[in-house]
This record gives sequence, structure tokens and C-alpha cells, in this order.
Amino acid sequence: MRAPSFRPSHLIAALRGIFAPDGSEGNIVPPSGHTAWLTTFTAGAMAFLAVFALALALASGRLAERWSDALDRTATVRLSAPQDQIDLQIQAVLNVLQTTPGIASARALTADEQRALLAPWFGPDLPVDTLPLPRLIEVIEDTSGYDGEGLRQRLSAEAPGAVLDDHTRWRKPLAIAAQRLRLLGFLSIALITGATAAMITLAASAALAANAGVIKVLRLVGARDAYIAAAFVRRFTLRALAGALAGTLAGMIAVSILPAANEAGGFLTGLGFQGWGWLTPLILPPLAAAVAYFSTRAAAQATLTELT
Amino acid sequence: MIAFEGVSYGYDGGNLLADINLRLAAGSFHFLTGPSGAGKSTFLKLCYAELLPNSGRVTIMDQIATSMSRDDIAFARRRIGVVHQDCQFLDHLPVDENITLPLTVSGQFAEPRDLRELMDWVGLAPLARAYPPQLSGGERQRAALARAVIMGPDVILADEPTGNLDWDMSLRLLTLLMELNRMGKTVLIATHDMNLIRQAKSQVAARVLRISNKRIQLAGADL
Repeated sequence: MRAPSFRPSHLIAALRGIFAPDGSEGNIVPPSGHTAWLTTFTAGAMAFLAVFALALALASGRLAERWSDALDRTATVRLSAPQDQIDLQIQAVLNVLQTTPGIASARALTADEQRALLAPWFGPDLPVDTLPLPRLIEVIEDTSGYDGEGLRQRLSAEAPGAVLDDHTRWRKPLAIAAQRLRLLGFLSIALITGATAAMITLAASAALAANAGVIKVLRLVGARDAYIAAAFVRRFTLRALAGALAGTLAGMIAVSILPAANEAGGFLTGLGFQGWGWLTPLILPPLAAAVAYFSTRAAAQATLTELT
Repeated sequence: MIAFEGVSYGYDGGNLLADINLRLAAGSFHFLTGPSGAGKSTFLKLCYAELLPNSGRVTIMDQIATSMSRDDIAFARRRIGVVHQDCQFLDHLPVDENITLPLTVSGQFAEPRDLRELMDWVGLAPLARAYPPQLSGGERQRAALARAVIMGPDVILADEPTGNLDWDMSLRLLTLLMELNRMGKTVLIATHDMNLIRQAKSQVAARVLRISNKRIQLAGADL
């Protein structure tokens, strides 16, 4: 048997063969057998899992962007100074910031804002005014950005207790974590695809072996191996497509009833699809069908070569 | 049609058939006889490339069997109708769809009138929509014959086609095969039923071949 080859021009013929009504090679394969429900169930279960993996990947992507956007182009100056010098040094820092190229705006957080920031840890009644807490100054960059090292040197000269935090040490690990989570999601989809291919290959091989008698009869009456393979490929592709459609639908329903994203819930409640993202799971059924097509085709060619 | 030149074939190292030289000419009628296990079925399988010779050359429709691709073999089998003693069918398809299977796998369709005529010819018209497990031995043989001839093959190979049939049914099947031969088809029947051979020889110019000591010889007047 020649090595299998597939050209784009074969796609139309393949689709026509798969979706043609029964009556040609469609009904020569006996319809019953455990491989029927096994293939459908496998495709359905894998599609269900793939919907969640896809939701994880897309949510991670959104999270990475959100964290990057939230922390990008902002910085904080933390000022520690004796109580009687604090206002003087805040003003000195603001003067430095306002005269630094690349900084769009800078302002000191009010006591209420600082209390709000600390409230999750210490409660709402924290006496910020009486505690020796550093004061925070929010810095917003403009599009050109600023010279961080130069700014640090000027701050140390004008306000020795001021420390510039450009969020780099927070932003990078968070963004990397989110990106890895997204990668994990796509890796999961790849693994699910591979597992689906393996299971359908096994099911197809079992079906071919179980139908050795059918294959013998077909060969006796002059059927080409390509014809016999097409009958099995068609059967398994349609089963996988049907299973994956059901699995994808179930997965989308499950994702849709997860709690909605909100500030309090954080990342986990944001696991879902948004807007056009709801269309992305619809790629899973055709993907499962394509996996089944190529898996069964390879299995059929291998088995027919063995069945001499 | 089919020619053997110095062909030997054996299983597990030993030869079952040795140095076979034979030519099945177009329109000829042959019987192949010999004791059970002599190699009649093996010889027939060599004729349609289900088996390939260990040595020598089998030529099928002007192609050397050992050089034929799987597709070549498939196309050659569309010109060779085969009837087995234990004829196999696709049990999930009704009889008429089993009979038209050679057409189906070659991308053709049977004209309803032609199919009806064929099924009348083999006496299976009332059983067209029955399933193979519902057929008797004789009905299965006739269905297999109808399947073997539906493509209008050049050669009909029948391996003990009357092995499971009573005498009347055997004669009926033989008559069908002789009719096909009169239409110009090459017919080779492997059988150990001497009465059947004598019956045929009285009506058609048949040559009788006998497998003996791994070789095929023309049978003498003892038949």
C-alpha cells in the first residue's frame, strides 16, 4: 500500500464522502458494536473537558492582560519620614515628580484611600493618622515613560525617605503566571486532542479487526482498500462529530452557570467566555471530527495492510 | 484469462501444489477434482490472487499476480466471480443489497429491472429483502452465484458450490453455471462430486482436471 498522502484538494472529496447519505459505502459497516458508543462517548467527554480547558486558557489570557494593564504605566512612591516632616517631604517629592519628564501626573493618597487599601487586612477602623505608616504617592506615566534610575537619584537627594516602586517585581511574576496558566490551558487542549486521537484509533482498530469477515467479503467482490477505509472513516468521523457536539454543548452550559466574574470573587469566578469568546468552543466538534478522520484513516490503512 | 507457469505453493515450508502449468482459456469450462485437502481451494485462491505463489508465475487478466498492487487485484476481482461452499455475506444487508455489492463497491448501481431479472434467474426474487441468515444452504449458494455474475465477469470460479446441496438443487446450480458458459464466460468448478461432473459432461464440453501428487493432470476416460 502506498504511503498515505493528503492534499487540500482532497478535502472537498473527503467531506462529500463523510456527509453523503447512506447508500454508497455508508452502510457496508455493521452499525452495532461497542466501538459505536465508545467513540461517541469519548468524543463527548473530551469535548466537555476541552471546553473547560479553552475557558481556562481564554480567562488566563484576559487575566494576564488585565494585570499588565492595571500595573503598567503606574508607579508608587513610598515615603517614610518623621511626622513633623512628612508634609514637607511629600511636597518635595511631588515637586520632583512634576518636573520629571515622562510623568503625566502624581498625587498623594489621602488617609481615607490608604485606610481603604489596608481595610482587607486590618478592618475599616484602622487609625491611619496615629500609626507610623509610610505615605503613598501614586505616579502615572505618560506614553514616553520616565528614567527610573534618574528619578530615584533625584528623590534620594530631595526626600531621603522616598522609595520608588515601579511595580516591576509584582507585575512580571503575575503576568508570567497568567501566561503560563494560559499555556497550560492550550496544552490541556493539545493533550485532550491527542488522547482523543489515541482512543479513536484504538476503537477504529478494534472495529476493523472485529469486521475482518466483512472486509474479506468486500475484498472478494472487488472493493478497493480505499473504499473499505472510507466506510470506516465515515462512520467514526460522524460518531466523533455527534459526540463532540453534545459534549461541547454540555460544556458550554456548564461554563455558563458558573458564578459571574466580580471583584470579590477574583480569578475563579471569571472562568468563562465573554462576548465573541462564546463562539470559540464551536471549533471543538469539527476539530474532533478532523481528529477522528485522520485517526481512523491511519488505523484503517494500517489494519488493511495487516489483513492480507 | 488465467495462466499458471511452473507454479508451486505450500504452507509451512512444504509444497501443496508443485510445478503447475495450466491455462484457462476464454469461454472454457473446467472441473477441478481431487481428494479433500489436495489443494483445490488453494488453486482457486491462486486464481484470484487471494494467495500468491511461492514460485512460478500466475497471470491474471494479463497481469502477473505477484506484481499486482492491491488496487490491481481489486479491479481484477471485478472480472472474476467467486462462489464458495461456505459463501459469506454481509449479514446486516438484505439479499438484494448483498447481490449488488460488487456494483456498489465499484461505484455502480443496478438497474431495478436487471436485478429483478437476475433474482428471478436464480429463483430468489421472493427473498430479495430477506437477510442472509434467513436463507437455506441452497438459497445462499444461488445468492452467491447471483453476486458472482452481477458484474458480468469474464471468469466464474466455484469452490464446491454444491457441497451443501441436495441433488436437485445441485443440478439447478450446475444448469445456471452451464448457461453462463454458453454466454461466453470461463467457468472453473472445484468439486469431488463425480456425478455432477458426469452430468455436466453430457451437456457441455468440459475438461476435467485432477490434482494428484501436488500436480494438476488432465483426467482420463475413467470419469
